[in-house]
Order: sequence, then structure tokens, then C-alpha cells
Amino acid sequence: MSENHDIKTTQLYDQHLQAGAKMVPFAGYLMPVQYPTGIMQEHLHTREQVGLFDVSHMGQFIVQGAGAALALEELMPVDLEALAINQQTYATFTDASGGISDDLIVTRWAEDTFFLIVNAACKAQDFQRLQVHLADSADISLSELDLHSLVALQGPHAKDIMAELSSDAASLVFMHGCSASIDGIDCYITRSGYTGEDGFEISVANQHADRLADILLAYDACQWIGLGARDSLRLEAGLCLYGHDMDLNTTPVEAGLSWSISKSRRNNGAKQGGFLGDDTILLQLSEGVSRKRVGFLVDGKAPVREGSEIIDDQGSVIGMITSGGFGPTLQAPLAMGYVPIEYSKEGTALTALVRNKPRSIIVAKMPLVPQRYHRG
Amino acid sequence: MGQVVYTKDHEWLSRKDDVVTIGVTEFAQQQLGDVVFVELPEVGSTLLIGDEAAVIESVKAAGEISVPLGGVVLSVNESLIDEPELLNSAPETEGWIFKLTPTIAVDLSDFMDAGQYQQYTQDGE
Repeated sequence: MSENHDIKTTQLYDQHLQAGAKMVPFAGYLMPVQYPTGIMQEHLHTREQVGLFDVSHMGQFIVQGAGAALALEELMPVDLEALAINQQTYATFTDASGGISDDLIVTRWAEDTFFLIVNAACKAQDFQRLQVHLADSADISLSELDLHSLVALQGPHAKDIMAELSSDAASLVFMHGCSASIDGIDCYITRSGYTGEDGFEISVANQHADRLADILLAYDACQWIGLGARDSLRLEAGLCLYGHDMDLNTTPVEAGLSWSISKSRRNNGAKQGGFLGDDTILLQLSEGVSRKRVGFLVDGKAPVREGSEIIDDQGSVIGMITSGGFGPTLQAPLAMGYVPIEYSKEGTALTALVRNKPRSIIVAKMPLVPQRYHRG
Repeated sequence: MGQVVYTKDHEWLSRKDDVVTIGVTEFAQQQLGDVVFVELPEVGSTLLIGDEAAVIESVKAAGEISVPLGGVVLSVNESLIDEPELLNSAPETEGWIFKLTPTIAVDLSDFMDAGQYQQYTQDGE
């Protein structure tokens, strides 16, 4: 790390150090992978109490101007015109062949203003792509909220903390947001997250981020949670990680993300197609796919991790594990990966090779730990 | 326990008569984090210096234990199968990993003693 002078830190870096975090390079940033209590405790704490995550490495973009919705719809198979103000949606950026170039959350801030949160590792490329795409639209501007932090407050008691800080935010339902003031600090708060738990994501100007974190951490139920537990939490919740569980070589349909494709953009929809890769994706929606992402339960205690080959009973390689590890809430290993469609049925027994040793895995319905979103 | 020595890979070795017991140090378990699975070597198998003898899986990652001396695996700590967390709670006692009968006579003074190992961990790797 000492050789890498380009590595960035978030506004909250000093707080992580003070909390005793183990910092690791991630997507160009030094990020906390875990704190002294360890991933197991952090994971369970988030499921039982409240965890605070620094996700300021993620990209926060604003696309603004007349026609913004339609311009963005050319890059993602969602219906942004149908979003209510302050409503948000999960979406994928597709490429010309239907592959996924990133996944993101889009929030409609105003009639012609959209707030995008994209993956840290993809943000430079996403920004450039948006810039090129919007270059001919003189009325639409693109900017990055690079002087803003993003924190996630996740867990069953997140709502209790929020109730004391902002009644507006506390009354939000899943995938909705609002502008709010927490002890005089202007924030944009959404009811969303990446843990499977109820919770909030809070965008805040850097100069107020430390004080906001202090306010949240002053609650006994709340503690910092690192990227290690963030990964095990999202895995249990069945949520994809870009670059692992989907990428340019997988389409939203193969990745099990068809639910994120708006009806109006599908076959016979009012705005059918019209996004990059629409031929491939619409064909897959009507004809089906030859392989798909599934979840796995693992027999025994040995974790089956990313990169493990999946073999059939003849020993032929039929697929690959794309994410895997130990689930602290499940108290067992779990994984996800891609298999041919004929092996994707729930209950199908397969074998994964871990260090050349066969480990029995069973296709299981995701999420393996139930999501507990507040849908109102 | 007899004489205890340490390796640069943060293993401890303890010899009693012809048998060497091998495990990981307190420093190593702190680095590993919560251990969820230990893959043990096969009893009776012959290991050469540097062979992968065991794999320790934490929530986050897998770490390999390579054997610091050649020998035949005499026994393994079967308690780790059901209680891998012993590696966190008592890495240098109840959390031992396996016992080895060295193939050739070994001079444990080639390894670090407790004082040298402490210095080694303080200096960083």
C-alpha cells in the first residue's frame, strides 16, 4: 500500500482508524474491511441491532434537464418516467450485447432530476459513458457529488434511531427517499440498503459527515460495520455483487434480475426495448436463457468460494461459483453461481470442487436469509 | 509441552519425544479472524517441507498452513471439525492442528524461540 500514492480515502477515514479498523484497498480506496470485533460479530450485530457502513467510495451522480428520463432509459431497461418524485429503482446499465456494465440505484429527485448511485469500481467508466451519451443533449447536465459522503444505517433498530432524528425519513417506505435535516445537517435519505435488513442510506456533504457519523454512533445499538460483513450480509440476502455475480458476459435475465426490467420496456410493453442490448434481452425474456444465476446451500462446514468449478455427476464442469463464503446468520456456508438451466431447479444436487475436493451443494431458493425490508 | 518454537509463517511447533505438534500462533489467529472451518491433513499421509498440510477458512478468506518440516501425520485435532472456533479461542493449546513424526531428526533451534518470534511480529513481516 505504501507504494500506491494514488489510493484515495473517504472523509470518514480517520474515524475508521480511531475505531481500530483494518483498512484494505478496495476499488481505489482504502476502506475498512473489519473492526476489532470481527466480521462474525459485525454481521450478527447488523441483523440484530444497527450497523453503520461507510460507502462513500460509491459514485453519486446527478443527471438533470429536460428529457433526462428518456435519455437515461436508453442505457437501462427501466421506466424512469413512471417513477414518482423521491421514488427509487434498482437498474442495470446494459451494453450493446445485453451484458451488464454496472448496476445502480436511480432516485427521481425532481421531474427532470435523477440521482444515481453506482459501484465504486465502475464509477469513472460510468461517468464517461453517461458523458458521451448525453453529449448531444444540450439541456441535460451530468455532475458528480464528489464532495459528498454516503453512509448506510442498516438493521432492525435503524428505524428507531431514525425516528429520533427525522420523522420524515422514519416514515419512508422501502425504495423511497426524502430530503431531511438531522440536527441541522442537510441530508438526502432513502429507505434502502445492501444487507437484506430494513435501513437507510444517507447522502451528506463531506464537511458534515463526521458529525453525522458521531450522532448515529452515539446510539448504543449502533456500531461501525466493515466491507467484510457487508459482503456476507448481501450474500445471505441473495444480492448480486457487480464484477463477481454479474458482468459484461451476463445479461440481467441470466443474472436473475428480470424483475428489475420494467414491464413497459419488455415485449409488448408501451415502451418496448429502446435500451442497449434490447434485442438479446427481449429475446431471452420470451425464449428463456441457457444458464442462470442460482443460490446454493453447501453440505458440511467448508466454505465454497468464488472461482470454484461446479461439476455434474459425470465430473464435467457445468458452471462456476461467483460468490461464496460462510453465512454467520445461516451458521453455514452458502454460495451463488451460474449453472445451465436444466440444473437450476431448486433442490438439484451438484458438486463444487474446492481445492480439488468434491463438496456437495444443493440449488436453493434465494435469499437464504429472508429480507426484512419495510414495504409499508 | 516440550520445547516450543515458531516459524515465519506464524506456526508454532512443540516437540515431545519423537512427536511434533503444530498449530498457529495467537498473532496468526488475530490476523485470520473468525475461523469457520479447518481442513485437516490425512492421518498417515507423508508430508514434505512446504506441503500444504491444512487450510484454515475464516468468514472472509482461506489461509493455507504449509508444513515447516517433513514427516508422517500421526494424528489430527478432531475437535476442530465441530469447533473450528477453538483456533480463535485457544490457538496455542486446545486449538492445535496436527501431530507429525518427523522423517529425519530435526533441529528445532533452526526456528525462532518465543523471544525472537515476539520481536519478529513486532517488526512486521
